[in-house]
This record gives sequence, C-alpha cells and structure tokens, in this order.
Amino acid sequence: MENILDIKNLRKEFGGFTLDNVSFALPRGYIMGFIGPNGSGKTTTLKLIMNLMRADAGTIEVFGQDHIRFEREIKQRIGFVYDEPVYYENLSIRRMTGLISPFYAKWDQSLYEDYLRRFELNADQKIKTLSKGMRTKYALALALSHGAELLIMDEPTAGLDPVFRRELLDILLDVMQREENSILFSTHITSDLDRVADYITFIDRGKIVLSQDKDSLYEQYVLVKGGPEDLTDALRRELIGVTVSAHGFEGLASHPVQGEGLLLDKPSLEDIMFFHTRGDRHGA
Amino acid sequence: MRIVLSNDSRLAIWEQIVEQIKDAIMKGELSPGDPLPSIRALARDLRISVITTKRAYDELEAERFVESIQGKGSFVAAQDSAMMREKRLHTIEAKLSEAAGI
Repeated sequence: MENILDIKNLRKEFGGFTLDNVSFALPRGYIMGFIGPNGSGKTTTLKLIMNLMRADAGTIEVFGQDHIRFEREIKQRIGFVYDEPVYYENLSIRRMTGLISPFYAKWDQSLYEDYLRRFELNADQKIKTLSKGMRTKYALALALSHGAELLIMDEPTAGLDPVFRRELLDILLDVMQREENSILFSTHITSDLDRVADYITFIDRGKIVLSQDKDSLYEQYVLVKGGPEDLTDALRRELIGVTVSAHGFEGLASHPVQGEGLLLDKPSLEDIMFFHTRGDRHGA
Repeated sequence: MRIVLSNDSRLAIWEQIVEQIKDAIMKGELSPGDPLPSIRALARDLRISVITTKRAYDELEAERFVESIQGKGSFVAAQDSAMMREKRLHTIEAKLSEAAGI
C-alpha cells in the first residue's frame, strides 16, 4: 500500500508559532481527517504541502515525489480547495474557469459542467455575487474536474449549513469509489468525519498528537464518567483530561479503566480533541 | 440486503455489519454465489469508512461466510450443510447465553 502523501519531520517557525516535527502519511485510496482546534497548524501544514510556504526542515513527498522538485507535475494531480478561495470577483464563473482550465492537461469540461448543474451554479453569475456556500461549491467543481487523485481541502465546511455539509460528504464518498483517489480533509468540525474518515491525524499547538486509523482510535479511547467522589487522585493520573462539575466528572482515557460506579462510554472525535486540548490535567 | 446500523449499540460498526450479513446468509436471504457490494460501494451507501467495511468483509471471510475473488469482488461462500448446522448452533447458543445474561 503506497502512500499518496508522506510528511516527515516538518518544521516551520514564525512569529509566536512553531510547527514542530510534524510527521504523518496518507495511504492511497483513503480519507484522512486532519483535525485540530483553530490555530493548531492545520492551514500552515497544508500551505507547506502546496509549496505556498517553505519549511525550515523536513520533507514532503506527494505521489512518491519531492513536492518542490516536482511541484508542477504534482499540482496537476491535486485538487485543492482553499478555505477562502481567491478569484477575480468581477468575472463570471464561466470566464474565471476559462482562466483556470487551460493550466490542466486533464481538464474535463463536460464533467465540470455536470458538477455546475449538480451544484446548481449558474455559469454566467459573477463571482462577487456568490454566497460562501456557492463559492465552496465552485471551488469543488474546479478541484474535481481535472482528474485529480488527491483532494486537499482546508476547512471546506466551515460556515456552511449542515444540509450542504451532508451533501459534500456524499460527493466525497462518490470520489472515493475510485480506489486511486485520496482525500485529506482539514477541519475543526469533527462530526463530519466521525463516520466517514478512514484515518485521523490530530494536531494541536503545532505538534501531532496522534495519527492512526479511526476504528482503532475509537477502540483505544474511552470516556470515563462518575460522581464527584469517584474521581480519586489515582484515577485523575490515568486520565488525559477531565472536566468536573458539582454533579460529577467526565474524562478521557487511552486505555480501559477500572473502577466501581464508573460509567464507560464511547468518545466522539470531538471528545478526543477536547480532552487533549482543554481538559484539566492531573489535578492541576 | 438489509443493513441497519446503530450508533448506540455496544457492538462496533464493523461487528454490526458482520452480524447482519451472517444473519442474512443463515436465514437464506443471501444464497451461496450471491455477490456482495464492493467495500467502497458499501462504505458510500452506509456513509462509513472503507476501512470499516473492509474489516467486516475480512472477518466474514475468516469465518468462511464470504469469499473474495481477485478482480471480481466478494461473494457469499458455499455453505456446506454440516458447517451451516454448526454455525447455527453456535449462534443459538450465543443468543441463549445473552438472553440468560451470562
């Protein structure tokens, strides 16, 4: 199983923020959710992959090729959806596409027009009159119409209504029917990924917290709940994070936990993220 | 083929898929030689991950309910009657223990 994306020891330092020793790989044919709170380094990592920024150290290989030496070939095969796509606002969709499509050797005009129809976009409409949702749909139509094998999406669902978020997931699942395709989907809205992602990479404050297949993640982590008196010091030490109220506590453990009167539950990706980043640690 | 998943079940999603496909086979709703959807098509239809459907199919293959043919897909395996009887007995035993709370 080859890796469509292989990142090793990536480092980027700027201002008050450092992307520190970031490594993870996405095998071909799968969807990876790249999750983390705002400001954790997701967009920086994606910009480094797309060579919009230079790293201080580390390597990035896409399709087995170095991402800087083979930038042009690689970009033919990647569909990138930015969080805030930048277009010439006064142009119509038709004219904007006319500027972009010539860059792609495998541009498929009829597939692109199918997507416009499916997304209910009017090719004569000016970009500046498009809503956020329509801009994302347009970016998606472009990304899907040139034979890309790797889709990289930076917060594609931020600011979108839940109805469209579901539709977007269905489109991505259609894309994944071809086992040559892969998707790297960065988001802080983890409910989108809870069911559909194959792999999860979680980044926080510039460091990778975990990167593994989603099923084993769910098997490993457990939500521990109990009454106030059940939270012993010994138990606190076993928990990654914990929140306490007058009525009890809730905490996350990365291994099975024993205790009388404790309720063990399945955590969501949101729980896993939350307790790693915000829950009090070790009785502090 | 009926597959209905519950988020609340104590069984993982892949385990629910395995159980429901086994049920369908043992009840005769699926016959030997019937094709199963590809792991990707099933993942899309159930809106879950490909790794999950693959795991379910791998388990069904390990338990000899399903066999995969390279380049063609997965099919319900021929169930010889002695093996089927044994599998049915296992299932009945398991359900009885469940009901008795053992």
